[in-house]
This record gives sequence, C-alpha cells and structure tokens, in this order.
Amino acid sequence: MVKKIIPKKTPMREQPPKERAKNYDEVPFGYNEEEAMHEASRCLQCKRPTCIQGCPVEIDIPGFINFIAKGDFRSAINKLKEKNVLPAVCGRVCPQEDQCEKVCVLAKKYEPVAIGRLERFAADWEQKHGELSIPKIPSPTGKKVAVIGAGPGGLTVAGDLIKLGHAVTIFEALHKPGGVLVYGIPEFRLPKAIVYREVDYLVKCGAKLLLDFVVGKTATIDQLLEEFDGVYIGTGAGLPWFMNIPGENLNGVYSANEYLTRSNLMKAYLFPEYDTPIVRGKNVAVIGGGNVAMDCARTALRLGAEEVHIVYRRSHKEMPARNEEIHHAEEEGIIFDILTLPVRYIGDENDWVREMECIKMRLGEPDKSGRRRPVPIDGSNFIVKVDTVVCAIGQSPNPLIPQTTSDLKIGKWGNIEVDLKTGKTSKKGCWAGGDVVRGGATVILAMGDGRIAALSMHEYLTTGVW
Amino acid sequence: MYQVIKREQLVPNIHLLVVKSDFIHRNAQAGEFVVVRADEKGERIPLNLVDWDDKSVSMLFMVVGTSTSKLALLKEGDEIATLAGPLGRPTEVIREKKVVCVGGCYGIGALHPIIRMFKKNRNYVTTIIEARSEFLLYWQNKLIEYSDELHEITRDGTRGFKGHVNDFLIDYLKKNEVDMVYAQGCTYLTYLTSETTRPFGIKTIVGLNPIMVDATGMCGVCRVIVGGETKFGCVDGPEFDGHQVDWNNLLSRRKIYLGEERHSLSFYECEKYG
Repeated sequence: MVKKIIPKKTPMREQPPKERAKNYDEVPFGYNEEEAMHEASRCLQCKRPTCIQGCPVEIDIPGFINFIAKGDFRSAINKLKEKNVLPAVCGRVCPQEDQCEKVCVLAKKYEPVAIGRLERFAADWEQKHGELSIPKIPSPTGKKVAVIGAGPGGLTVAGDLIKLGHAVTIFEALHKPGGVLVYGIPEFRLPKAIVYREVDYLVKCGAKLLLDFVVGKTATIDQLLEEFDGVYIGTGAGLPWFMNIPGENLNGVYSANEYLTRSNLMKAYLFPEYDTPIVRGKNVAVIGGGNVAMDCARTALRLGAEEVHIVYRRSHKEMPARNEEIHHAEEEGIIFDILTLPVRYIGDENDWVREMECIKMRLGEPDKSGRRRPVPIDGSNFIVKVDTVVCAIGQSPNPLIPQTTSDLKIGKWGNIEVDLKTGKTSKKGCWAGGDVVRGGATVILAMGDGRIAALSMHEYLTTGVW
Repeated sequence: MYQVIKREQLVPNIHLLVVKSDFIHRNAQAGEFVVVRADEKGERIPLNLVDWDDKSVSMLFMVVGTSTSKLALLKEGDEIATLAGPLGRPTEVIREKKVVCVGGCYGIGALHPIIRMFKKNRNYVTTIIEARSEFLLYWQNKLIEYSDELHEITRDGTRGFKGHVNDFLIDYLKKNEVDMVYAQGCTYLTYLTSETTRPFGIKTIVGLNPIMVDATGMCGVCRVIVGGETKFGCVDGPEFDGHQVDWNNLLSRRKIYLGEERHSLSFYECEKYG
C-alpha cells in the first residue's frame, strides 16, 4: 500500500505576537497528542533514513516518530533518550531546518516532518505523566570523570558516561547549572524549569553536581587530574567581542552576554524583586544577525522598549539566525536595519549613549565563508537616536582554563585545539568540545562534540590507551 | 549554600565576613577576590579576599546598597547563596624591593594579604592607611605585623598625619627611595594615589572595583580602559597600572546603575521594615 503523503507540517499553536511581546511565557505551545500523532503519521518510515545522519547525536528519528504515530509516547521518549540526554531542550533550540529536517525525504517536494516539534512533544509528554524513568546503570567501573561546565556539551558527556558506569562529577562556575541554556537563552524560548528538569534527571542517574566551582581557579585542571581519570572541558563562551569603534565603553552599551545574563540568569526582568538591575531602554539597537541577536532584541521588547532595531551589515539572506527566530522577531515588531554598520556611538555629558552613527553597506564579492562581503557606501553615514545598544557579534572562548593549564595547546583565537574525531586535546586525559573549541556555535553542535568525546573517553577509561 | 562563621562590624559601615570554605582557600592568593550572592534573589558582587585558612575565607565589605545591606545582617550559622572563587589575577610577586602600600575604606583590610605576600618576599613594606577620622581606622595590629612602617592618616587630624593621602605621599616620596606603590580602596583613593605618584615616575599598581556579574570572563561588564585598550577587570585584573587607567571612564561606568541601586535599596527596606 502506498502511503498517502501529507504535504504540509501540522501547524503549532503559539501566543499571538502582540500579547507575547509583553510577557516571558514560552511562545509556541507545543503539539497536543492528536496533533503529534497526525504529524508523526507524515513520516514515511524510510528504509534507509537520511534524517539520522543529519543529527549530530544520531537519534533514531523514524524509530521515535513511529512510536508517536502509534500513540505509544512512553516508548517514544525512551527511544529518544537512548541518544539524547536533553530532548526537551533540543526539541526547542536545535536548528532542525539545517540538520535532520533538511535531509528528510519529504523535504525534496514538500515540507519535512516536524522532527523538532515531535521531539519536544515526547519530552513534554513525559514531564506531564509522572516520574522520569531512570535507565539501568551498570555496576561501577571504578573510573572517575570530571566534566567542566554544566552546559549542553558537559551534560551530554555526563549522561553518556554515567550510563556506562563511570563516576561523573560536573563542575559549574555559575550558581545554576545549564550554561548557555540558562544564562543565554531567554525564558520565552526555553523555560528554565525544563533545563533544571533535565539536569535533575542526570543527578538522579548518579551524577554529582558542584556549583560555584570555577575550574582553572578554584582548582586547576592539573589538580583535578590528581583525582580524576579523565576531564572533559566544556567551559563555553568567553569574553565578548566588540567592534573597537569609538564609544563602545559608554554607559548603556552592553555585550549580548551581559544583557542576557542579567535578564535570564539574574532575573533582572523581575527587578526590583530580584536585586540585579538592567537598563530598560526605549530605543534599543542590537548589533548582529544571529540567534543571540534575536534573543536580545526580543528581550529588549519585553523589557519595555518602544523601538528595537536589529542592525546587520549584510542582507536578510546572509543572516545566521534560524528562520523561525527571525520570523518570530519580525512578527513581534522588531525592525531590521540590514546592510547597515555602526561606526561610532555618541554619548551625553554623563557618558550615556544617546546616538549611533551608521554607514550603509552594499554586497560585494563573496568572502571565504562564501557569503557576499559587505562594502561600505561612501558618504552614506547617518545618525539615529538610541539609549541602549547590545553588541551581539560573538565572543572568544573562555580564557580561564587556557590561562591556567599546562601543556594545553591553544589556537590563535584562544580556543582549545582538539582532534575533531575524538575531542582529545594535546594534554593526556583531557578532552574538550563546544564553544571553548569552536568559538561560537550551537547547542546541538556542543552536544555532538560531547557525544564524540564521551565515546573516546570511555575507550580510554576502559583500555588505558591514549 | 555556604555557612557564615562570623560577621562583625569593624568600624561603622565596614564589616568582616568569614564563610566556611571547602575549596576556595586551597588556591587563594593575594590580590584575588570572590563572588558573593547573599540570597536566591541577590546580585553577584565581587569582594576582595582579606584572609583565609584551611576551613574558611574572609572578606570585607562596606554597606552601600541592597546586597551589602543583606550581608550586614548575617549572623553566625546563617547561609549565603553563592561563594565562588578565588577569581582574578593574583598580585604580581616582587622581591627585595621598597614598596609603599596605600589603603582606604575597605581597602585597609584588602591590603592585609598583599602586604603579607610582599613581606614574605623580603620587601621593605611601608603601609599607609587613610580614613576620615580615627574611629574609622581598623586592623592596625594586623597590618603592623607585615609592615616595616605603618602610617595613619586622618582628614580631621584625630590620629596620625592630618590631611589626604596625597599630601603625605608627596612628602614621603621626596624623602625616600621607593620602587613601587600599591593602592587598594575606593576609586577616588586609587585615582588620587596614581596621580600623586605619576610625576615621580614610580610604578603604581591599583586594585580596581568595576561592576561585575559572572566575574569569570564571560559577560564583559567589568571592562576598563587601560593604556587605550579595553581590558576585563575579572580576568585581566582587577589590578592594573594606575598610570594607564582611564579614570573618567571607570568612574562613570561605576555609576551606571546608581538610580536602580537606590530604587532597589528602597524596595528592600520597604519589604523588610515596612
């Protein structure tokens, strides 16, 4: 029997743009059981599925979708968890359109199966239906592993190694676990309760979590290696980049890291109930075109801004942000100033930013990244009023461990150099992955790095061969 | 949560806080700081480490806003939500030199581990402490232990030299060979010390106190301009060459949240005392 093809994705209900721009609640509601089963029925259950290769952690995608189609949601989540320790997170923040959904067979002619939404559904279903099922943990191997950084990469390593019987301790520098999932991604895109639930699951599986522990300072890697058989370094983002233009140290000019950390981790949006303040600007400019820029712009709107501009030097087409994020930002009323580059910020007598001078750009020949290079148009300078600027143009890897570890090979951008096939660093017993290696990437790529490193670590821990 | 061993007011508005530590004391070095959060809703604030032993770390703070008001009410056995560190780059070790160390306000206490380190490295240590009046000076007995000379300065002349640190320092530098000057305390004191030593061309290291959030090299709020370059207080500092610091920028960046800080304190006091 030939399966009848349903050409379009089952739509996901979400908060109306006008309403949601004033609150921090999650924007999309997620599928209900009926919607999920309908969407799951679109999957062709290919004999040779291409989607699995599109997934950095190689989830058995047709497998879990088939369970959803049959209404066996418990088996669906168990299938997901065989490969992914953070399904509720990945279902929300993975760039599926560039990964599994991009290579879905249906995508050749129609819309791909909404794999991300189904993943989210299965994880949320489990949360609503009582206790999380804890997998069977094999008897202890006697090996101890230190995971540095409780972000997506570190949590993946921890999850994989616990399930293999190793004793895992996760060291987190901040006062909450989750890394960028907690300090960076806003509540309206990823509710923090979901992250804590996933971390809690790892702790229930036996992982030890030490907060407020800044590896590189509280203890160095060399000190940890006296106690642990292997170390995974997943310390993530470091010092924010600025453009080195005049006025960047004026008051009211933020890095994206600071703006988001204040709002998300420190809950400055609930000031003064929470003690950490944030500037609630009326005219906000966010510099950059990535997901982080979209998060900052949408946060500014929720903090009460009247006008929020995304200022990006290339065109819409080159924006690195996910289409869904750009779409949500546009719907909420964010203004996109494309082909525009700030050249300086102008302050008032108290050193508060008040104006921004920009120059218009045009697209020239493609550069090394294959994107057309933006070229300034002479004499096109103009000035706009701003009272808050958020610079979201990326960051270098965190410097603390590179600064304090012997024999660790560091690249020219301050990144830790690794063998990409294993995640091994130049230092025996140390692996690394995620943003501390890549500079700035995505949650799922950090998780993919973690998966690769965990396999290599397991091999080392069981054979002793480096 | 981290257990408070002791909280004591040393002089009006300046408190000593001793907290149980499992790890921090092991790697602590002079010039480093910790991040403290009083409770679950609190801000992360950096405090200089002033002492440590095998079970605790000690910090000093001056009561200025909500966070420090909360800390000032702690009793033995209470808990604070966050204690992370040691952070920052430690003070550069120098040996067998003549060093003048200047401290004011909480900086008097912050000098303690620094002069201890200098003394251990066989430097000749001249310690100068400054306050508005005699009743605001403290820890002379602790500081004298590591000082070859200890000078007290009060603006009203109730004890020691009458005047400002710059008046005393100019005279001292004219009469004595000095290799380095080190200053800890409020931005005005570190600024004044740097400007005083500049004409003498004496290397001057200052401990700065920019606003911080994560304090681990991630958020970038603590940026200071040093020698025309943007540096990050938490991982490049908090000590810098006082002759290279852009003081105007530092002073204005410290005031970013003045309005919010007042609002927050009123809100807290209203909630607490009605």
